[in-house]
Amino acid sequence: MFRRVSRWAAAVPLALALAAGLAGCGSSDPATPATASSSASSASGATALTVFAAASLTETFTELGKTFEAAHPGTSVKFNFGSSATLAQQITQGAPADVFAAASPATMKTVTDASLATAPTTFVRNKLQIAVPPDNPAKVDELKDLSDSKVKVALCAEQVPCGAAAVKALDAAGLKVTPVTYEQDVKATLTKVELGEVDAALVYKTDVLAAAGKVTGIAFPEADKAINDYPIAALSKAPAPDLAKQFVDLVLSSQGKDVLTKAGFEAP
Amino acid sequence: MTPSASSTGRGGARRGPGPAGVVAGRVPWALVVPAALGMVFLVLPLAGLLVRAPWSTLAERLAEPQVLEALRLSLVTATIATLICLLLGVPLAWLLARVGFPARRLVRALITVPLVLPPVVGGVALLLVLGRRGLVGQWLEAAFGISLPFTTAGVVIAEAFVAMPFLVISVEGALRAADLRLEEAAATLGASRWVIFRRVTLPLVAPGIVAGAVLCWARALGEFGATITFAGNFPGRTQTMPLAVYLALETEPEAAIVLSLLLLAVSVIILAGLRDRWVTGP
Repeated sequence: MFRRVSRWAAAVPLALALAAGLAGCGSSDPATPATASSSASSASGATALTVFAAASLTETFTELGKTFEAAHPGTSVKFNFGSSATLAQQITQGAPADVFAAASPATMKTVTDASLATAPTTFVRNKLQIAVPPDNPAKVDELKDLSDSKVKVALCAEQVPCGAAAVKALDAAGLKVTPVTYEQDVKATLTKVELGEVDAALVYKTDVLAAAGKVTGIAFPEADKAINDYPIAALSKAPAPDLAKQFVDLVLSSQGKDVLTKAGFEAP
Repeated sequence: MTPSASSTGRGGARRGPGPAGVVAGRVPWALVVPAALGMVFLVLPLAGLLVRAPWSTLAERLAEPQVLEALRLSLVTATIATLICLLLGVPLAWLLARVGFPARRLVRALITVPLVLPPVVGGVALLLVLGRRGLVGQWLEAAFGISLPFTTAGVVIAEAFVAMPFLVISVEGALRAADLRLEEAAATLGASRWVIFRRVTLPLVAPGIVAGAVLCWARALGEFGATITFAGNFPGRTQTMPLAVYLALETEPEAAIVLSLLLLAVSVIILAGLRDRWVTGP
């Protein structure tokens, strides 16, 4: 009886160790999403196209992806949206991507420096706005209000493009803002506003439009000093090079421009 | 007390080194091959970290104040979270193991939810309950002016939420494996249930509690998703080591490797130290 029981006791740590492994996988997920599923595109038939794109392009590129699939029957477009810095990191580590669309020239440079893409084209520009909850609890109406220590502000971390742009805009205005958090990408920053956990955040105008109804956007003049150029390139090691080039052409076409400007992006 | 206590949890492992002498004969390949594969699988990524580490600039990178700040914050929050888990988790495990109540199976299933929940989802759930506009959070803010998101207390809560099931399951397992006859003997001698818990049960399952606490602490130390979602990321206040590693990875993979190595080294040293002192026992 005694032995029997202690055998079960020994099984407990094992079960826990397994659970710990699972939990560990979950927590490391944000760093390497969606690379496994995209490996299908490495087949030589090239009916799958994998596009790595900045988080702020989620809505517009998803729409363009559908357009592309309709124009190329039998082709499926897979997206990996995330912070441009993370995506650039994944591409240089050998993730099988065909197209990279970044939210800043700096993150694209990581990829061109590694000779994985040549001659990226700037296809849109994006501007920051102040996002506040619909009821605007802290009565924010200009950039200066964010430096009030009573106003809870979320900014993107400086390492990601929207954070770099926020630093530039605040510097241009000569303001010092101490946020309560530096978020890992622009969508996470916006979420904090949507949930009402912060009074204001600096995000892209396009993100404010995408979350219409859940947040209110406030334009501010200093945003003009921190405009982000979005470069796009077909990757030189693309598993589906022809499709990659065609997708880039679609984004640069007038049809692509329509979709992007409708979402709040500006022409370069 | 000690011999019976050692039969829970660690007892099986302690008999481990002996069996080659007890059971004679060849070690079966069917066990050795997967065991070796398993070990390689677990150790290889660590080796990868060691190989790619920028050893020449290691010292100066470690000397950056932000690094030590993140390490200190990680150790402090994981330790406080573990203490909270012990305070709440051990009684919970006892309730599950020793008291029959109608919804016990349901309660046990619910308690393990944080184990299967993606940590980011756990963080969102915490925001919806304890956030500024959350069910409990808005009341906390109105009544006491307490706001938990974006604070160090928020980090502790996120870590405790994710790590507590590890402790509860581990302690409950130890309680179920413990010899009930000792508790029954104490009861026949007139001891109350509280006295039995304190004087008999607790010493009996102490190794199980320590093992559970170690797992709990380790999980809390590595916590990422719930922390960044619920507590945000601000150096010195809520930026723990895993968050610092993630953000360093965005721009400077080498810095991320250094941070990972540091976290790894510190946790291994602490766990190994604890193991010698507590888990194996005097």
